[in-house]
This record gives sequence, structure tokens and C-alpha cells, in this order.
Amino acid sequence: MPTTSSTTPTAPTTQAPQTALPTQPDIVARLLAGDRRALARMVTLIENGAPDVRRMLAQLHTHGGRAHIVGFTGSPGAGKSTLVMQLARELRRREQRIAIIAVDPSSPFTGGAILGDRIRMQELAGDPNVFIRSMASRGSLGGLAVATRDAVRALDAAGFDTVIIETVGAGQAEVEIVRAAQTVVVVTVPGMGDDIQAIKAGILEIADIFVVNKADRPGADQTAAELRMLLSLDEHRQERAWRTPILKTNATKGEGVAALADQLAAHLAALRESGQLASRSGRQAQSEMLALLHQALMERIAATIAPAEWDRLVADIVERRADPYSVADALTRRLGLAPASPD
Amino acid sequence: MTNTPDITEQTAGAASLADQRRIRVLVAKPGLDGHDRGAKVIARALRDAGMEVIYTGIRQTPQMIVEAAIQEDVDAILMSILSGAHMAIFPKVMELLRANGVDDILVVAGGILPDEDIPAIEAMGVKGNFGPGTSLSTIISFVRANVRSERLSHELPPLTSADAPLAAEAASASAGDAGNAGR
Repeated sequence: MPTTSSTTPTAPTTQAPQTALPTQPDIVARLLAGDRRALARMVTLIENGAPDVRRMLAQLHTHGGRAHIVGFTGSPGAGKSTLVMQLARELRRREQRIAIIAVDPSSPFTGGAILGDRIRMQELAGDPNVFIRSMASRGSLGGLAVATRDAVRALDAAGFDTVIIETVGAGQAEVEIVRAAQTVVVVTVPGMGDDIQAIKAGILEIADIFVVNKADRPGADQTAAELRMLLSLDEHRQERAWRTPILKTNATKGEGVAALADQLAAHLAALRESGQLASRSGRQAQSEMLALLHQALMERIAATIAPAEWDRLVADIVERRADPYSVADALTRRLGLAPASPD
Repeated sequence: MTNTPDITEQTAGAASLADQRRIRVLVAKPGLDGHDRGAKVIARALRDAGMEVIYTGIRQTPQMIVEAAIQEDVDAILMSILSGAHMAIFPKVMELLRANGVDDILVVAGGILPDEDIPAIEAMGVKGNFGPGTSLSTIISFVRANVRSERLSHELPPLTSADAPLAAEAASASAGDAGNAGR
């Protein structure tokens, strides 16, 4: 793990110049030693599904577990990027090293994207203890969730104290993306009364901290009150030890950001004390394993059964010459899996 | 074959992020240019051509440009400059890239670039050098044709060595002349 000796931006982690041309396997070693080109390259390999990436991720996984993973979500225009930037500055004052993944949607028509979150993060430029990476959805929100989770794995292994995932929107897709987080922050702004409803139930369920940003605007107290009311309706939340805070911030002025940093630390501590950190990690590990097994199964099916045969089997079922149970039984036998026991 | 998409969808779903290898371009406005309408037009055109564009706003220092290019692992940097500071800025950008062992990024420039300076700029390794009025399709084709082909493979070229970490350079630059803190 790299030593985190810097307290000011003028003392970066130094490394002796490499003399030999490294090949791809060196990327993990260099990443762990603090080489940020290797880290950036690792994220690219993850995004592009390079053939060797699983082996590398396996190594990275064993080096992780130290970072606090925080998800930021909320409606567009809520000021998330500015808030994340201010939070990063505050955490730097607390001598943390911070990584930020900024997620933006790709155009469904062209597949391209403009990744503009870095514009809001100018004040972090030049700080070797901040790493910012923009990721586009590339038309596959499921794939993005996987890539984000794996990128977090790389950043965790690289030794950052806090890894922030910042998304756009507050819908089901965002729920998938911030599943990789230990603490989820939902950001709203006053005067978006209808948009409280637009914060889908899925996001509300997983939120650990609420922020009403641009709190200098009229209606901030009312928005906070509405949120409190919504939260009070959630019985599960009432049973938990963690009291979900509703914070007010003015990100452009940096107001309320220290309190947000305090609550992040408090939530992490609460998760640890209650044992929930371990159980959440356990659930994430399980869902990740199941997804990987599912993918492996799908690949085996595609490799075993030609499309023409698949179509024939489907037609047989539709025309009642066969039934789905018998067909599935026969296929599982062919795949070498135990068949379902007959009724 | 109407049902074939179902199974290939299932199997392809998990891998579809990887299937969408995109050219990543950093559109940078170095120096003291006050407006960026042209850069934004290019950024949108590149997006419409299916590329991922990282746009960092105006008043970028060479350190900020190279830092962003490294963190975002871009395939190309497109510098848009109107102010005439290119002979001061471009060498610094190329030097920082070299110092960090970055030799596989296509560096392209556009804007107000006097003809008499272009040979020197090209000698630095900055390509394209598109003047005002260059068609967007010309720029897009140029990027596509000149991005290092190994970058577009899944493997990517191996990282080369760095003489000095970027952080030392960036840290000594004044963070105060970093530009746009927001819109």
C-alpha cells in the first residue's frame, strides 16, 4: 500500500524512475505503488473488458477494504458536483486522499458522451491526493454498475481513504450504481417540490444521508420537512440505530460541508459498530458472485446451443409440441448441471 | 431467427460495456481565452460522432491539461486556443507529457494558429492545427484516423517509464491560476 505521507500538495509520493518497459502484468504492482498512470490505465482496462482484467481485479480485491465508499445521487441541477468538490476539499483538510468517479449518461443515439463533471472540480486540480475519473454509461446501465464497482475496487486498492461515486439522476439506474457504496447521500434542492416525488422509492430506501443544497433559496426548511415526513413513514428506517440526518448546505459557498463530512464519518463508524458494514459487504459479495455465475451460465448456454436450435426449441414450446420444463431439463443435462427432480 | 436476440441479449448484456470501446478525447482550452463557444461546438460534434469527450472548461494550465489527460486515460487531447499563447503553452504540454512517460496520446490543436508557427508546432508533435472554418467532419475524421491503433484494442499499449511524477510539476504550479470554478 502506498504511504500517505502528504499533508500538503507539495509533497507527492515519489517513485524511482522505472528503467524497464513494463508489460501489462506490471500494472497492478505499479498501481499499488502509487503510479497514477497505472491506476488510470487499470480503469480503462476495466471499462473495455480487457481479457486479463479479472485476474488483475482478483489481486486488487485482496488489497482493498480500507476506503470509505460514498455514493452521491440526486436530481440534475441539485449541485452535486460542486458539493462533491467542496466535500473533497474538506476531506483534504482532514488529510484524506480522495478519489471521485463521476458518471454521466451516454447518448442513446450516438453512443457518445460529454463528461463535464470535471469543470466543477477545478479547485482540486494539481492536488496529487485527488484522483478524478469520468465514466460514461455506454448504453448499458447494468454494465456501468459492474464497471463502477470494479473501478472502485481499483481505487480502494490504490489507497484512497474515501472513494466518491457521483451519478446523475435519482432513479433505479442510480440505485444500481451506488449499490457499490457503503454510504449513500441523496442531494435535493428547495423549490423542487414535485421532484421529491421524482426521487424514486428505490433511492429513498437506500439513502443514509439527505442534503438540501442551495439552502439559501426559499423553501429549504419546507423541503427538509417534507423529507423528514417521508422518512418517518418508513418503518424499517425507524427501527435502525442510524438516525438519517437531513443536512442543509450551500455548496458554492462551502457552507454545511464540514457537517456533511462529520456525518459521513459518523455513518461509517455506526456501520462498523453495528456490524452492518460486514453484513452489507457480505450482501454485495453475494450479489456480485451471483452476477458472475449468471454471466458464466449465459456464456455456456450461448456456446452450447446454436441460435437456430434455440429458435427451434422455442417454437416447439409455443406450438405445444414440448413444454418449457422438459426442454429446460434436457438443456441442463447437456450443460452438465444437475437436472431438476421430477415431480 | 426472431428469438435469437433474446439469448444473445442476455449473454451480451453483461459484456456490452466492453463492446462499446469509445474514443476518449480531452477538449482543452489552455491559456487565457475568454470564450469557448468553438470548443463546445467541437465537443458536441465529437459526442455526436460517438466519442466520449471530457471538457474541463476555460483557463487550463498545461499541468491541468496533462493531469486530466492522465487520470482520464484519454486517446487524444484537442487543444483549442485563440489567444496566441500557443508557442508558450504547447511546448509545456508536450514536455509534461514526455516527463510523465506519456507517448501514446494524439495531441491535436485548433484555433488561431499563424501559418508561420505551424512547422514549429508540428515539430513539437502537435498535429492537425486546424484553423477557424475547418469542418467538423474533417476534425472528427482526423482524430479517428490518428489515434494510436493499439489504444483501440482491448489490450492497450504498455505503460512506459516516467522521468518525474506529474504531481511534482502540478503542485509547484500555482493553483490560483486554475480557471473556471464553475459556470
